[in-house]
Amino acid sequence: MNNSTNSTMSRVEKTLARRYRAEKRFRVYGLLSILFGLACLAILFTDIISKGHSAFLQTRIQLTVELDPEELEIDDPTDPDQIRGGYYQGVIRDALAERFPEVDGRSAKRALNALVSDGAVYQLQDELRDDPALLGQEVSLWLLADDDVDTYVKSRREGQAFAGMLGEDQVQWIESLIASDDLRTQLNTTFFTASDSREPEQAGIAGAALGSLLTLLVTLVLSFPIGVAAAIYLEEYAPKNRVTELIEVNINNLAAVPSIIFGLLGLAIFINWFGMPRSVPLVGGLVLTLMTLPTIIISSRAAIKSVPPSIREAALGIGASRMQMVLHHVLPLAMPGMLTGTIIGMAQALGETAPLLMIGMVAFIVDLPAGVTDPATVLPVQIFLWSDSPERAFVERTSAAIMVLLAFLILMNTLAIWLRKRLERRW
Amino acid sequence: MNFSTIFAIVVLMIGLGYLLGRGRSVQLAGQIGGVRHLNSLPFYYGALIALWCAIPSLLIFMGWIVFDDIIIRSMVVAELPAQYQQMSAAEQSLLVNSLENIAAGVHFGEPEPALQEAANRLLSLQTASRWSLAGVVISTALAALVIGWTRMSPQYKARVHVETVFKGLLLTSSLIAIFTTVGIVLSVLFEALRFFRAVPFTEFVFGLEWSPQTAIRADQVGSSGAFGAVPLFVGTLVISAIAMLVAVPTGLMSAIYLSEYASRRVRAWVKPALEVLAGIPTVVYGFFAALTVAPFVRNLGEAMGLDVSSESALAAGVVMGVMIIPFVSSLSDDVISAVPQSMRDGSLALGATRSETVKQVIVPAALPGIVGGVLLAVSRAIGETMIVVMAAGLAANLTANPLETVTTVTVQIVTLLVGDQEFNSPKTLAAFALGLMLFVITLCLNFLALHVVKKYREQYE
Repeated sequence: MNNSTNSTMSRVEKTLARRYRAEKRFRVYGLLSILFGLACLAILFTDIISKGHSAFLQTRIQLTVELDPEELEIDDPTDPDQIRGGYYQGVIRDALAERFPEVDGRSAKRALNALVSDGAVYQLQDELRDDPALLGQEVSLWLLADDDVDTYVKSRREGQAFAGMLGEDQVQWIESLIASDDLRTQLNTTFFTASDSREPEQAGIAGAALGSLLTLLVTLVLSFPIGVAAAIYLEEYAPKNRVTELIEVNINNLAAVPSIIFGLLGLAIFINWFGMPRSVPLVGGLVLTLMTLPTIIISSRAAIKSVPPSIREAALGIGASRMQMVLHHVLPLAMPGMLTGTIIGMAQALGETAPLLMIGMVAFIVDLPAGVTDPATVLPVQIFLWSDSPERAFVERTSAAIMVLLAFLILMNTLAIWLRKRLERRW
Repeated sequence: MNFSTIFAIVVLMIGLGYLLGRGRSVQLAGQIGGVRHLNSLPFYYGALIALWCAIPSLLIFMGWIVFDDIIIRSMVVAELPAQYQQMSAAEQSLLVNSLENIAAGVHFGEPEPALQEAANRLLSLQTASRWSLAGVVISTALAALVIGWTRMSPQYKARVHVETVFKGLLLTSSLIAIFTTVGIVLSVLFEALRFFRAVPFTEFVFGLEWSPQTAIRADQVGSSGAFGAVPLFVGTLVISAIAMLVAVPTGLMSAIYLSEYASRRVRAWVKPALEVLAGIPTVVYGFFAALTVAPFVRNLGEAMGLDVSSESALAAGVVMGVMIIPFVSSLSDDVISAVPQSMRDGSLALGATRSETVKQVIVPAALPGIVGGVLLAVSRAIGETMIVVMAAGLAANLTANPLETVTTVTVQIVTLLVGDQEFNSPKTLAAFALGLMLFVITLCLNFLALHVVKKYREQYE
């Protein structure tokens, strides 16, 4: 007896150090895994922010522009048609020529004119429309710079000037503008007010954000009532039979079907069979509805399940019908949980790209969509489109659009968490 | 009269129906001595008439919107001169678009008289359709109002009827899940079958060559299109395997650490932080993979003297793995937490260290759940689209080398279907065949996962 205890003890002592080392190692592996995950998160965020923060600033060039009526071909500045048709390019060129009188020759002049964005003409147009008295006067304006200038100025500030497509003389002109304080960076409002454009300095996310909003609206209007109704049926009404089982299996499976398959469904059924138009938020919303329904149904069912049966029994006991019991008692109590699930489903839908590519929401669209049947794109697809563009100025805009998208997602998820903490009751 | 006006009128009539029904029931009740003599509350009489108004007229309205375009188009095309009749379906749809433009007055120069005539016809048919829709819908609603009004009596069991309709609506909503599945299967299957008529199934599943570019003109040289999907399957497998190699160990170890070692406070902070990874849109991961990870992997490979492609499977796979970490960890966390505390206590009381408890007691007990979670994660990796579209390549190389470019099933579906397409070429239909494969494989994985979880789950208590 004593002998065997001794031998066990000696075995334990012999291996104890090794076992403790294994224990420590195991713990370190766990810690490393977590740190790896968190590090990836941190790297992702810093990478996006460091690439994208500069897109919120935009370089502008100060020029003294003479709004010469003859050059502009405008005689009546109150006539909107004339304002729209004015030849603004000419006065901008003149202003540049005046600022750099030493520039001579066609190609040199063209290089000089390239410093200012094509979008500057709209700026002049707006100025003149707002204040017709400016016609014939000299005004000093901060005009939108071309994206190459923008990239150069921003990269120069960070210590590594990136000239890219700019020629040597163009760089010299920029330096001279910087030296005379005629070049500055200011808040990039274009990014938030404009739609897509081929020119990075004129491109913005307004169109895509509006498209996302419209698509989400369609999704919400369809998926919330349908999801809640389905959850109520399955929890409160459904008899235990084959059909119910089939529905449940289907919902669980749809939750795990790859999102691109829903895009194929939308393309084949909504667009090809029903002849709905391509690239519109309505079809996008329909596809995303089918995709988010399982999420909403599953979380709504959980919310309904958490309402204690005593409340149901009390309602039925005082003579309420089943519908009254559900609508007056169960539904209000389960609502916070349902809303939380719906917001999470909507956040998923907001970030979804693949099914929308299938139904043609990848088109290049310059106009703001006016309704759910207007062609539109959405934020994630805009990110996808811009990330394909070779210009360096688009990289920072892509990152900035990602920052906006992530901000919306964080907002929605915080709202869901807040709602859950605030309104959910524990029984 | 446009659709929204008609819709507004119908909604108004539904509201009117509610008020009328309610008012009528109160009036009837007044004659027999108060509302308590009614079978149901006045609300239900109003609601019943409103439902009678709403359901038939809204169904007609929706059906009309869906089908009137198709019918009008075919009527207009049928009247066109013979030269237009012989056009392909795609050309005809373009033609109808231009007719709509002509009808709206947007055209350059003077359109052909035949087209102008057709455009006029289109316009008049559209107007006629709207007016007849308005007539049909409004008279249906009106008829419902009248019938409801005449049939109403104090003994009428309005509540029972309203509740039947309510239950019917709930059932319909939950049947949408079945309709969606059926819709997916039908849409994918039909197009895939059309594809298999052009390309034999065996060639698709066993062929080693994938180059879907078919010749646009008949006289074009070369590229007749090859639809052997094996390179795509291999590419998908390579990238998913890399993703799993990243996600399964880290996800599982994170879950174990969080549930067995971490203090309550650490857990409360770290768990949501890891879940953020799951909430980031895949397009963001794709951007990150293409612009940051892929160049990094390439430079690292060059520093080690390896030749790494700039669209290597490694970069896409690693980033996909990072995306899946929280998926694996939260599923494993659930099953690990479900292992009863008494088993841990028993093991610790026998003198086992914590890691031994985890390895020899907890993980075996939770294994079915973990395996199920991993299978779900695999199905997720196979179906993931944006990361591979942005970071993996298009070239269908048959290779298992993670440093080379491979392409996946989802990438090919996207490239085949994005942009202009005609719906009859095998190139477009191939995307649906790939979609069918994807659907079937993920479905099998999901079923397998559920089966494993159900069959091998240890029953405690």
